[in-house]
Amino acid sequence: MTIPISYYLLLSAFLFACGVTGFLIKRNIITLFMSIELMLNGVNLSFIAFATRLGTLDGHIFVFFVMVVAAAEAAVGLAIIISVYRTRETLNVDRVNLLKL
Amino acid sequence: MHLFLFLLFAAFCVGGAVNLLIQRKTINSALSLIVVMGSLALIYLLLGAEFVAVVQVIIYAGAIMVLFIFVIMLLNAGDEEQSKGSNVAKVFGIPGLFAGGIIGIWVLLQHSPQDHPIPIGALYGPADKVGMMLFTKYLLAFEVTSILVLIAIMGAVVLARRSHTS
Repeated sequence: MTIPISYYLLLSAFLFACGVTGFLIKRNIITLFMSIELMLNGVNLSFIAFATRLGTLDGHIFVFFVMVVAAAEAAVGLAIIISVYRTRETLNVDRVNLLKL
Repeated sequence: MHLFLFLLFAAFCVGGAVNLLIQRKTINSALSLIVVMGSLALIYLLLGAEFVAVVQVIIYAGAIMVLFIFVIMLLNAGDEEQSKGSNVAKVFGIPGLFAGGIIGIWVLLQHSPQDHPIPIGALYGPADKVGMMLFTKYLLAFEVTSILVLIAIMGAVVLARRSHTS
């Protein structure tokens, strides 16, 4: 029993679309970050599906690198969020509209 | 059986992703994102990628989401503020979303190679093979990644530190 690759690609596309939608409609800066993580997860699923389909391991390596970049991005981004909250007392991205206070 | 398992975990993924969008509280969104990542790890196992599945649980569902929840609790992020959506988006956006989604699904199902389905059950992405490839073929990228992580650590420390000058 096998599963066609299009099922995985559909799930991947749906996760990516959910991430884009969340990034566009959400106002909380932490939720925006989680939407980005959701997009990265969708792309990872595509990588693994194609790697399994083609019978190579290169896709797994790429997923590993994506995870490293996501971890670095989360660490720096959450530090920026803490810094923004400390100076502006808000997490709403619509109110963070000045580069300099 | 494999199809049933895939559909089950895919349903968890879809439910978690939709729940992330519709929840108002940030902590609920974070918990549903953990559900998405956990079911994605199980889908990776179905695809035979055991190394990626384990790393997904440890790094994504473990480290990154713990960091997120830590920051949410630290900043005491409560309900999200509502903003009024535009009427144009309601009139054209939702039908457009459905139409685009249906067209995309149709095209993908039409053009997907049905005669080359993914074999499942065989764990063919073991950690030793992945590690061997990581340290031979992709050694340069791996070393550059270590520099990236080092810069990220320093950046996080510098950004989150309270400045003593002001």
